[in-house]
Amino acid sequence: MKYLEEFRNGPIAQKLAAEIRRAVTRPWGIMEVCGGQTHSIIRNGIDQLLPPEIEMIHGPGCPVCVTPLEMIDKALAIASRPEVIFCSFGDMLRVPGSEKDLFHVRGEGGDVRVVYSPLDAVVLAQKNPDREVVFFGIGFETTAPANAMAVKVAAQQKVRNFSLLVSHVLVPPAIAAVMSSPKCRVNAFLAAGHVCSVMGYWQYPPLVEKFHVPIVVTGFEPLDLLDGIRRAVLQLEAGKAEVENAYERVVSEEGNRPAQALLADVFEEGDRAWRGIGVIPRSGWRLSSKYAEFDAEKKFSVGDIHSVESPRCRSGEVLQGLIKPHQCEAFGKDCTPRKPLGATMVSSEGACAAYYNYGRFVPVDALVQT
Amino acid sequence: MSAPPNFDNWTCPLPLRDYPNIVLGHGSGGKLSSELIEHLFMPALGNPTLASLRDSAVIDAGSGRLAFTTDSFVVRPLFFPGGCIGDLAVYGTINDLAMSGAKPLCLSAAFILEEGLPTATLARIVEALANAARAAGVPIVTGDTKVVEKGHGDGCYINTSGIGTIADGVDFAPDKARPGDRVLVSGAMGDHGMAVLSVREGLEFDSPITSDTAPLHELVQALVAAKVDVRVLRDPTRGGLASSLNEIAAASRVGILLDEGKIPIHSAVRSAGDLLGLDPLFVANEGKLVAIVAPEHGDKALEVLRGHPLGREAALIGSVTANNQGLVAARTTIGGTRVVPMLTGEQLPRIC
Repeated sequence: MKYLEEFRNGPIAQKLAAEIRRAVTRPWGIMEVCGGQTHSIIRNGIDQLLPPEIEMIHGPGCPVCVTPLEMIDKALAIASRPEVIFCSFGDMLRVPGSEKDLFHVRGEGGDVRVVYSPLDAVVLAQKNPDREVVFFGIGFETTAPANAMAVKVAAQQKVRNFSLLVSHVLVPPAIAAVMSSPKCRVNAFLAAGHVCSVMGYWQYPPLVEKFHVPIVVTGFEPLDLLDGIRRAVLQLEAGKAEVENAYERVVSEEGNRPAQALLADVFEEGDRAWRGIGVIPRSGWRLSSKYAEFDAEKKFSVGDIHSVESPRCRSGEVLQGLIKPHQCEAFGKDCTPRKPLGATMVSSEGACAAYYNYGRFVPVDALVQT
Repeated sequence: MSAPPNFDNWTCPLPLRDYPNIVLGHGSGGKLSSELIEHLFMPALGNPTLASLRDSAVIDAGSGRLAFTTDSFVVRPLFFPGGCIGDLAVYGTINDLAMSGAKPLCLSAAFILEEGLPTATLARIVEALANAARAAGVPIVTGDTKVVEKGHGDGCYINTSGIGTIADGVDFAPDKARPGDRVLVSGAMGDHGMAVLSVREGLEFDSPITSDTAPLHELVQALVAAKVDVRVLRDPTRGGLASSLNEIAAASRVGILLDEGKIPIHSAVRSAGDLLGLDPLFVANEGKLVAIVAPEHGDKALEVLRGHPLGREAALIGSVTANNQGLVAARTTIGGTRVVPMLTGEQLPRIC
């Protein structure tokens, strides 16, 4: 078992798609929560295999996309300081702030580095005791344990020149916010498999009950996604609303308990602004008071930076599934991956970038016959 | 392919011992420069043309058309699994010549060294460069060395230029693809870029990924000798296969449709790509070519490529279409379709 090719098998994909076609009797909107799932759906053309009744609504689950502009501007301000080594995951470098991005800061002489693990940033801080090392800790529950671990290690080893600029967001409050929107067209959710590998899915029964909406824990390979969609459709057609796990090889109901304990120690819940969507109550994590000295926002006094979004970017509506990326006037014209207006055009997991990169705006005709 | 240079018995020649590291004087044109040439470059690269130490090499090029190309090499790290900047600098330029159907005649090599570079490191690089040139049968006939102050370079940059001759009747060009033509690659995609990246980022895999750096001129000459009707040849280096094909589709005003499942990619490269969020179709190759051949010559081209050690994993991966001009599209393994775009800027490793 190599856990890869098996889940990209063409004939099995066709079988699952046929089963979905047979089961469907009327229109359903299914939201894949995670940007990684959006990317996989568009890259593999999974939506092209689905019957017209099924609409995939792309959810707010791209960490790069939902990080508020204000937080990017704070990152830019911190990264511009001469004493700072600013570390980030690669995606964040090209996300536009109000005036520039982290690449520009680097071009102007700022010390901005891409790291693959926040723990590398702690090591960097130990090696550079005369500098301030800041890690941009963003993302969902998936990336949070490593960030929490970095803070914990820094505290244990007294690495006081390390700090975290935190902008963590949480999936369950986002699902609740989407369902509470008066314009909501979502009938079922594919929950993000990797988030559930950390958090399990014990958080979901109350949501299913409150909103009467099926939630299927789903992976990222083509067959994972098709199976998740199939299970969601079968529930919808049967009038059921249950939590189902279609990603059993990775996810258990309880999730990763040690990671959850670590998260509860290092972080505390708080209201959090989502880029393009607005503030969602109790939808994010910030450092708990016990670890306040590692909070970069406090250390560098950037709390009073307040930013306003470009009025032309409709990423908020894209992130709530209200419009498709190419329905935005700026899409592909004034807004491209080279010169993005908003974050959804930057990250490979952003819905706008996925649509742009895989050509969902150009008429590709008669491909299959050639 | 040449074996990696063996330095077990290599000793730094006497006059250089006083300088374990490169100093600015090595680029001054004075005594230190001469010593570097005499004791480091000449022993490794020596050939009659270079030995004449003229201001320019004098070459007998015969008659007919010449191909002329240049390329600069700035790879970091200098040494990576499967190669180093030295062999890369030789093969990269040979491959640029080969893609226009030329038989490489000779190369130049110019070094920009950073003050403080260990002389032994330079010797290893030059030895690898010399071995690569010997293995490919293409002499380095002229060269230059400059030294920049510490902090103004990345240890060692190399520029190589090359001249080759093109036989009558051979005329490959990016605007010659026609609807119905077949698209082939000579082997698995993405090895070089992923090998360099995994070293740079300190990633380790169960089966190590090694660079595919290799000279392709003999593989190309095999296609020419077999009278395969080749329309376009490219070596998909920076930007990978996707960028090369997009350039061809634009230049020829045609569409290209790939069968994604037929594109050879080593499983370690695929896994590394999945892990880092990088698509192997956009990752650099240094020993692979993409060929567009006449419709009826697809199978023959495949046979010729597979018959050569550098083309054993060659595959037919798609065809040229009249519709979708300027676009590269792929049929996905599960039966969907997507556009394969040109790379925008650098590929950024993703978050999760």
